[in-house]
Formats: sequence, structure tokens, C-alpha cells
Amino acid sequence: MKMRRLAYPYVLWMAVFTVAPLMLVAFYALTAYDADGRLFFTLQGLRNVFATDNTVAFNLFGLADLFGFNLQVPIYINVFAKSLEIALISTVVCLLVGYPAAYILAQHSRKRRGQSNFWLFLFIMPMWMNALLRTYAWLALLEPMGIVNTVLGYLGIGPFQFIYNDFGIGLGMVYNYLPFMVLPIHSVLVKISPSLIEAAEDLGADSTRTFLRVTFPLSLPGILSGINMVFMPAMTTFLIPDLLGGGRYLLIGNAIERQFMVSRDMTTGSALSILLMIFVLASMRILTKYEQESSEGGLLA
Amino acid sequence: MIARLSKNIYMILIFLFLYAPVAVLIVFSFNKARSRAVWGGFTLEWYRKLFQNSDILRALQVTLIIAVVSALISTVIATVTCIGLNALNRRLRNLIMNVTYIPNITPDLVTGVSLMLLFYFIGLKTGFATLLLAHIAFNIPYAILSISPKLRQLDRNLFEAALDLGCKPRQAIIRVILPEIMPGIVTALILTFTLSIDDFVISYFTAGNQVSTLAITIYSMARKSVNPQINALSTLMFLTVLVLLLLVNIRTTRDLRDKQNQGDLSK
Repeated sequence: MKMRRLAYPYVLWMAVFTVAPLMLVAFYALTAYDADGRLFFTLQGLRNVFATDNTVAFNLFGLADLFGFNLQVPIYINVFAKSLEIALISTVVCLLVGYPAAYILAQHSRKRRGQSNFWLFLFIMPMWMNALLRTYAWLALLEPMGIVNTVLGYLGIGPFQFIYNDFGIGLGMVYNYLPFMVLPIHSVLVKISPSLIEAAEDLGADSTRTFLRVTFPLSLPGILSGINMVFMPAMTTFLIPDLLGGGRYLLIGNAIERQFMVSRDMTTGSALSILLMIFVLASMRILTKYEQESSEGGLLA
Repeated sequence: MIARLSKNIYMILIFLFLYAPVAVLIVFSFNKARSRAVWGGFTLEWYRKLFQNSDILRALQVTLIIAVVSALISTVIATVTCIGLNALNRRLRNLIMNVTYIPNITPDLVTGVSLMLLFYFIGLKTGFATLLLAHIAFNIPYAILSISPKLRQLDRNLFEAALDLGCKPRQAIIRVILPEIMPGIVTALILTFTLSIDDFVISYFTAGNQVSTLAITIYSMARKSVNPQINALSTLMFLTVLVLLLLVNIRTTRDLRDKQNQGDLSK
């Protein structure tokens, strides 16, 4: 008996359940069923995505307000831009909040070399919890009659509208994905050799300078993979905008979900999925390239 | 001193941010008052209601059956595949492993949608069967990733030795290789079971209207309103998944430690 034959059934499985489904998304993006249930080639899905008969004002990061221009774009392009905006802002907030946390955790890990780091463990634990439950927890916390508004009410402020807006969705994303930013940065920081820092100090650099010129550049690969791990799910989630946006909010994730589950328009849904997938893979690719470059150029190459 | 204090305060704030929502969720699942913000005394009423809610019980049943069956099937497929992969040449093995990784870099949303389209294309009506197939499909890569390192560590001569001593290949696999990779297989079982219970997005697209898992039930309830029963259900799900994942992690760390100890001895 040839042992390698044991791998063959899986190759078939993989072809059917991994490769074929992705190709079908591309296939359905370019086809539709006619009245007799026959498939025919169509560009209608792509045309719907880029339809110019239903346009809205483009205002990424409020740029249009800032510069006072009026650019009309197809509605899905605007949804895409809105998703990009919220995903980018969430990623930046994750980085700003997460980097110090990763730095402190790394200092802690170094001190307890070899032993498992309890604080790190506490950081990872929420990651294991279902994104649905985590998001729901915020919904219960932030809703108009929720606990935060009640406490603020005792203090005589509020109530505030925390959910069903950009703020709520961004908060949901930061909460869900913060550990994805902290862990890669932490694991890079822990690996930086203490002698490099000592050397910098011996050569007369103060701690700020040491951080800016030695530690931070060496942690860039961790930052890039953190950005990658936060940006991708933030760009594609449909759960967070759906629950924290109260179902009224359209980001690219729930636009796709609605095409499939509500409008039952597979063609447009597939076209949107393909475009999203290409966008996400392309941005991952660019980031990975930077990651390689920055780690090659580093001291520890 | 001040630096240290501010560091501690920063970490406390971060942990508060990470844990407060979960803590509130759990505490309020025992809240007598229906209000989501005011404490009205301790009660187990929501848990009692939960276990009288036939929709939820049915969803629980579906979730458990899907989790057990998909964990078993995907682990068996993964075990057989890993043994086969180990005998393949490196190029082919790398190719297969790269395709295996595809679901890990595909957004869940796209995986769910693509599986839904697959079932539509081959004419399978969405329901229990498609849900099960989808779960097996997304579990297999994780099962393979849990088992294949164990096989990689295995001494290649072990199998040959068993054959030389008169084992048939089938016997050699069952009596020599399987016991050796058993820790990986058990980890794969627990991990796939957990992932299956935990999944929402892929189930959502592949379950259809008739069948519902706990996560789908929570989602449709949460969309309507905030409800103490969801808190109770979420608490139970959270604790189950937490315990299971603790188990997986303790196993993996123990493996790592054993390996390190072995390494120390061989020096």
C-alpha cells in the first residue's frame, strides 16, 4: 500500500470545498439565471456596483466638506469608501491604544523569562470569545437605556447616542480587534535583544531616543502584521455594523450580506464579494511586502 | 515611580475596556429586574426560561450534533490526510498545504458566501446537511494544522521498523503511528468542536431558514432587542468555549514544554 494515497481523497475534498466555492463567486458575479432557470453571461452585477444612475456625494474622511468639492459617486463605491474610512480609523486607534499596551506587556514578559505571562494570557482570552457575543455585550452596555447612559444620567450628563452611528461601529471594531494588534507587536518586542538597548544607552542615547531609533524601528514588522490582522476583519465584518449600526447602517460587509440574504441577488452579491476579496488580498499583499522589506532592512536580519 | 504608576493605570484601563462588557453581560444574566441598567436582585429565572424555550433547545441540539459530528469527521479526514501528506514529496505537500491555508486568509464572510453558492450550484437545499458540510470544510484546515506537526516530529524510521518487524502497513499505522500522534488528534478534536460551537458567520450563510444554531439564534434575538435571556445564553456559551479553549491551550503549552525538555535532555 502506498501511504501517499491516503492524501488523495483530501485533494478531491479541497478541490470541491476550498477551490470551487471561490471560483463560483467569480462565476456568479458574471452570470445570472433567466426566466427559464438557465444561466447566461451578464455584466449586470458589476454594472450595479458601478451604477451611475444612483449616486451619492463622496465624502471620505470629510474631505469634501474640508475642500468644498462635490463629487457624485455610485452608491456602492460610497459604501466601500465608508467601510474603508471606518476600518482605517479603527486600525489606527487599535495601533495607538495597542502599542503602549504591547510595550508594557513585553517588559513584563521579559522580566519573567520562561514563565508564562498571566497578563498576556488575560489579553488573549477575550479573543477566544465569539465576536457575536462581544459585540452584543457592547450593545447592551451602550444602548440608550443601557448601563453607561444610566450611570452618566446619575452624574447629570447624557444620555448620549453611542450606538447606531460611526462611533459605535468604530468602538465595536476596536474592541473586537485590539488583541490582534497587541499580540504581533508584543511578540516582536519580546524578541528584541536587550543588548541592543544597552548598547544604545552606552552610546549616550536617552530613553526617548533609544525608543525612537532602536526599539520602534525594530518593532515595525509587528506593527505591520498587526495592521494586517486588524484591517482585514474590520473591512469585511457584517456583524458589527449590523448590530451596532441597528440594521440601518450599510458597510460593505452587510451590503454583501443583504444582497444574498435579503434581495437574493446573487450576481450583485458575488460581484461585491469578488471586489472586496481582491481589495483585501491586494492590501494584505502590499503590507506583507513592506513587512519583508522592513525586516530585511532591520538590524536583526 | 510615576512612570510605573501610569503604566499600571494604563493597563488597568485596557483590561477594564476588555472585560467590562463581558462582566456586565454575565452579571446582568442574573438580574431580576428586566431593565438592562438597574440591578433588581439575584435570579436564575432567565436561565430557567432559557431551558423552557423550545427554539433555543432545538438550536442547542443542532449546535451540539453539528459540533460533535463535524469534529469527528474533520479529525478523521485530517488524520488520514496527514499520514498521506507525510509520504508525499515536499513540493506537492507544500502545494496542498498552501491551498489548505486559503480559508484562513479568506474573510469569513466570503467563505460563508462561497460555500452557500457551492450548495446552490450543486442543488443542495440549505439545511442541516449543508451546515454540517460547511462546518467540516472550515474545520479540516485547523485539524490538519494540529496533527501535521506531530507527524513531522515522528521518527521516519519508526514506520519502517514496524514493517521490518512484520507489521502490515495498516497495522503499522494503527499500532505505531496513531498512538504516537494521538495528542495531536485529541487537540484537533477539541479545537474543531470549539470552533464549530463558536462559529456564526459561516453557519449564518449555510444553514438556510429551517435550521438554526445557538449563534444564529442569539443573532436574530439580538437584532430585535436586548433581552436577559440572550445574556444567560451568552454566559453559558462564553463559559463553555472558554473552558474548551483553556483545555486546548494547556495541552499545546504542555507539548511545547515536553519538547523543550526533550531538547534539553538530548543536549
